[in-house]
Amino acid sequence: MNKALELVCPAGTPASLHAAVDNGADAVYLGFRDETNARNFPGLNFSRKELQEGLDFAHARGCEVFLAVNTFPEAGNPGPWRKAVDDAAALGVDCVILADIGLLDYAASHHPDLRRHLSVQASASNPDAINFYVDAFDVKRVVLPRVLSVPEIKALNGQINVETEVFVFGGLCVMAEGRCQLSSYATGESPNINGVCSPASHVRYEDEGDRMVSKLGDFTINAFDENEAAGYPTLCKGRFRAGGQASYLFEEPTSLNAASMLSELAAAGVTALKIEGRQRGRAYVAQVVAAFRRAADAVHAGEAVGDLGLQAITEGQAKTSGAYNKSWR
Amino acid sequence: MSAKLTLGPVLFNWKPETWRDFYFRIADETDVDTVYVGEVVCSKRAPFYAPHIPDVIERLQAAGKEVIVSTLALIMNTREMNELRETAGDRDLMIEANDVSACALLAGRPHAIGPYVNIYNEGTLKYFTGRGATRVCLPVELGRDAMTALVKDTPAELEVQVFGRLPLAISARCYHARAHMLHKDNCQFVCDQDPDGLEVETLDQEAFLAVNGVQTMSHSYQNLSAELAEMQSLGINHFRLSPHSTDMVAVAGLYRQVLNRALSADEADAKLAGLTNDAAFSNGYYHGAKGVDFVLPGMD
Repeated sequence: MNKALELVCPAGTPASLHAAVDNGADAVYLGFRDETNARNFPGLNFSRKELQEGLDFAHARGCEVFLAVNTFPEAGNPGPWRKAVDDAAALGVDCVILADIGLLDYAASHHPDLRRHLSVQASASNPDAINFYVDAFDVKRVVLPRVLSVPEIKALNGQINVETEVFVFGGLCVMAEGRCQLSSYATGESPNINGVCSPASHVRYEDEGDRMVSKLGDFTINAFDENEAAGYPTLCKGRFRAGGQASYLFEEPTSLNAASMLSELAAAGVTALKIEGRQRGRAYVAQVVAAFRRAADAVHAGEAVGDLGLQAITEGQAKTSGAYNKSWR
Repeated sequence: MSAKLTLGPVLFNWKPETWRDFYFRIADETDVDTVYVGEVVCSKRAPFYAPHIPDVIERLQAAGKEVIVSTLALIMNTREMNELRETAGDRDLMIEANDVSACALLAGRPHAIGPYVNIYNEGTLKYFTGRGATRVCLPVELGRDAMTALVKDTPAELEVQVFGRLPLAISARCYHARAHMLHKDNCQFVCDQDPDGLEVETLDQEAFLAVNGVQTMSHSYQNLSAELAEMQSLGINHFRLSPHSTDMVAVAGLYRQVLNRALSADEADAKLAGLTNDAAFSNGYYHGAKGVDFVLPGMD
């Protein structure tokens, strides 16, 4: 392997951006503080001024900054999304991460020199879809949906001529990204339109004495005994009844950790590793980025990736390598 | 333009003979203008009923129906990619794309785009109509405001699902197999046990979702009978009924009567309730509410 895996790290706040840069990120990704990005949570994201400061800080340290504009613009109201792309170009971000075809078209025609990456929210899972985005909008990198196994990623990379980036740590969508309406069905707010999934504004915990019930909208997502910790009611990580059996029907409350598969991902032709977690604090970001920096460097040096020592921050959380390992399906 | 009723693709894993006979009856008895045929959800199902597809298409066309071939929503491997390329290579067929890869393969000739392609705004709609899309069935979470903006100045015919469980998500993982503690690669096609999907309740026994293999659907049945007139006034003229195991001839008849002003939406709903095992109706997305909601006329 002659090129090191690039590490693309989350920055929900300026403090997290500093933490990511200082701990070895090759690039940080972030969004503006509005519905134009898929982590539109209260207290997160960047103003134009904060982005300018973040760019100065990162660029001075050799780190790139990617701006996610990866929700789908509202019909009849393209303004905020186009302005986000315009401002990205004016401020000098290193690339925009886009999902919507109309917005890709706008960016390619109005800002041809602004590098474009395809967001995971575009759910481009096969060569013909990816080649379309490359041919039509000259995207330089595709963030692959978390539906593919490592052999499938390898086969895919053999049929496309564009960089690929894969998620390796953090939240795990079990549905194809950008193609899930479960959140809006229960709450009226969706990743595609509002940039949120299972939003906190619609979450309630009800203490019923012998059990704690977590609800999203009007629906019970899980219930916990007194000796169980009540987790956040992300819809697809809830416990439901089907065929008379209660179970984590879609997925356990688990998150992604593909640290053990980095060598295979590199051999499959992947260019960059993405860490999820723009909603995380700077201590978490610092620790995860530092751990994956060591891991990526080890892979580059042909050494084994040791234990990343991330147990402390993921305590109580089950981990999975997700679809990268085909048996997950 | 007068309103057209369309019948979406069968989304469930029905026995091949059931699948064939369903379409024969649609051809012979049902007042719909367009019928979509083809596998959208799981590529492993298609080989079972594929031998019947030519007969079904022929019978539907002979009955005067427009036939459109629907294609897979999530394409993840070489086999699925090659099958899509083969379908798209048949230039005699009108094809519905359900993935961007299919849009790319169909560019330059008239084609339809289904609700699994994210066309949320006029920029994206214009891009695809410029490449030959003539019919677009909108994503399920778009409501009246988006429809109003999209229908303006587009050459495409816009279509909206007005009946049936809503397709809410698609995954690499098969939840039918998982519910039966099976692996996807050895699923034993257990999804054929649930002709309208496997019902999913909350731990508090509240109806919530329905699992259909790799697809997750609403438990409620979308029902936009009361919104048909308003959608027509906006300029939406294609209304999709998504097939269920109930009497779809009767369902289509009720929607046709509402379109013809021969029946009120209330009267239609009362009859539809008897045809849907009393599953709740929903119309929330149309009204900008939660998808699960059923908003009464004039209450939004």
